[in-house]
Amino acid sequence: MVYLTRKAEFSASHYYHNPDFTPEENRRVFGKCNNPNGHGHNYTLEVTVKGEVDPRSGFVVDLKQLKEIMHREVLDAMDHRFLNKEVPEFLHQIPTTENIAVAIWQRLVTKLENARLHRVRVYETPDLFVDFYGEA
Amino acid sequence: MKAHLSRRYLFSASHRLHSEAMSEQENQSTYGKCNNPFGHGHNYTVEVTVSGPVDRKTGMVCNLVDLDGFIEREVLARYGHENLNVLPEFAQEVPTTENLCIQIYEIVQRGFPYAHLERVRLEETMMNSFEYAGKAV
Ligand SMILES: [Zn+2]
Repeated sequence: MVYLTRKAEFSASHYYHNPDFTPEENRRVFGKCNNPNGHGHNYTLEVTVKGEVDPRSGFVVDLKQLKEIMHREVLDAMDHRFLNKEVPEFLHQIPTTENIAVAIWQRLVTKLENARLHRVRVYETPDLFVDFYGEA
Repeated sequence: MKAHLSRRYLFSASHRLHSEAMSEQENQSTYGKCNNPFGHGHNYTVEVTVSGPVDRKTGMVCNLVDLDGFIEREVLARYGHENLNVLPEFAQEVPTTENLCIQIYEIVQRGFPYAHLERVRLEETMMNSFEYAGKAV
């Protein structure tokens, strides 16, 4: 088994708010991230796939295809967007780094050919990242 | 949905690698420059990974304010700008980055109640890093 990781970057804005919380609760739990006007990050996405090396191509996965899938399924939807307002998953779900990683996994997992998705890693900043391995 | 959250923190500290169990000669050949008598320092980066279900109400594995507060109080305040050799945990143990990594793991493992600790990764320089995920792993 060989693991291959492809990186991409996207920039987006978001804010954290749970409509079931009182305004005080929202401020207490989410702090500055609760500002409804939102704020932004430069996210770095790392997608790791795994598989056996194809004896004919020498590839685990065709990188060109992987790059296209990541662009079509993730970057086109999330890059330069206000996640809470423009990305369907986050109309009713808080766009935390955790939920973004899960959403990206779900967008990619059925789209890959040949290789299997191993890990989605999303960096919100260089000091903070989330890994999702598809675990229930 | 179970996710893993990693957070990176910086601190600076000094140490000297010297073992009472070894002769002068052996200390020098084992630790090289790290055995110089007055010690030396590093900018350490500690990466803490915790895991758990993503809370539906908050979208989080654990609140970063809790994690940051805990690491600040229990790790960064303890080791930042200190000489590791004079701390009680290194009275009997050489303050290698391996041992420091284990100490930090134990502190978080014992004291942080809000998520499961997966591992601690400690970078001593950009070239050297160490990871500890508990005894069994
Ligand atoms: Zn944010």
